[in-house]
Amino acid sequence: MEMGWRWDFTIEILPQMAIATLNTILAAGVGYAIALVVGLFFLLGQRTPFKIVNWLNREIVEFIRSTPLLIQLFFVYFVLPQFGITLSAWVCGMITIGLHFGTYLSEVYRGALEGVSKTQWEACRALNFSTIYTYRRIVLPQAFPIAIPGMGNYLVGIFKDTPLLSTIGVAELFHAATAVGGYNYRYLEPYTIVGVIFLTLSIPAAMWVRKLENDVNKAQGKIKK
Amino acid sequence: MNEHGVTLLLGTITTIKVLVCSMILYVIISMIFGLMRLSKNPAIQGIATVYIEFFRGTSLLVQLFWAYYVLPFFGISLEAFTAGVVALGLNFGAYGAEIVRAGILAVPKGQWEAAHALNFTPAKRIKRIIIPQIFPIILPPAANLTVELLKATALVALVTVVDLTFEAKQINSITWLSAQCFGTALLIYYIIARFALVPFLRWLEVLAARKVGKERI
Repeated sequence: MEMGWRWDFTIEILPQMAIATLNTILAAGVGYAIALVVGLFFLLGQRTPFKIVNWLNREIVEFIRSTPLLIQLFFVYFVLPQFGITLSAWVCGMITIGLHFGTYLSEVYRGALEGVSKTQWEACRALNFSTIYTYRRIVLPQAFPIAIPGMGNYLVGIFKDTPLLSTIGVAELFHAATAVGGYNYRYLEPYTIVGVIFLTLSIPAAMWVRKLENDVNKAQGKIKK
Repeated sequence: MNEHGVTLLLGTITTIKVLVCSMILYVIISMIFGLMRLSKNPAIQGIATVYIEFFRGTSLLVQLFWAYYVLPFFGISLEAFTAGVVALGLNFGAYGAEIVRAGILAVPKGQWEAAHALNFTPAKRIKRIIIPQIFPIILPPAANLTVELLKATALVALVTVVDLTFEAKQINSITWLSAQCFGTALLIYYIIARFALVPFLRWLEVLAARKVGKERI
């Protein structure tokens, strides 16, 4: 076997990897969208006045957050068919990522809501605003900027966890690299390309999140003045 | 399922071994690179920044596979367990370094100045004044990171380390009792996290807070 980097091989497999990258981005995007919505449901469960629902919600969130995504993927992928629900690897992957990161996002939402000063609520009560109006016009516009950095971080986080989907056979970037590597019996180039692609996508994304964070901090500093 | 209990137990022990080894490695790495990141020397700072950005920017799974399948191309063949621990340690060290850096920066400037004014030697300044104050700041985020590490150890199964995840998968392919074996694995991870790791980290936090005279955190 030839040692060292082979450029001809690199160029040969590059188109395949590019297509797989699109799949990775798609998986991250869809997973994120689901997680955003799931997070809202967990938030709702946290804020209902029913103690039992609160407790159940907290335990479920704790459980999902402290167990590995990988096994959750296996669980959904292998167990659902036993109950007669056969879903494709894609759907299973999206559900699991959505649930897993939904728990994290619910914490982000909660932190953002708690970040809005209590006096804002009291002022709205004093002005006799309805709850819906208070949320829509007063609380959410203030909570949203606080949530942005956390939400951005988990977008990058989901993106970096998409390679796990390859273990249940979702044809994303990492899956393609393993397939190409196995077919040609050369893993150096495929896995290195995956690393480079991840770097070129996630570093700008992380920088953008950091910039957002800075902007938010600045804007909030202005509010204080 | 009963006959596989022992197998799962052995897998759990491997998981705990991986966790402890990579935990030690990541703590050491994060301290070194966290300090390097604050160095005034641009070369040292640059190295630390590149390291941190690299390991935070690529996926852990990619790094694992790289360590296990690609390094042999360069004549470095690591055993699966070593490759797993090294990849986990390097990856989490990058995240930890940022926590350490933020922790050092969060110590109020007045503390440095006061130590200076009292004519403490630089070593004493760091050892007696700064470090005791850093721990209460960095331990809560480090605790979160360590729980993430426990979850991440599951990935070493994919480079053939025979840990809990590996065994669960193996048993699944023999018995096809998916719900039972993955459910049990999930429960074991949950129990380790909830009833061993988190209380231990909480205890460390309390200890560190007491050191600087705060009874409650």
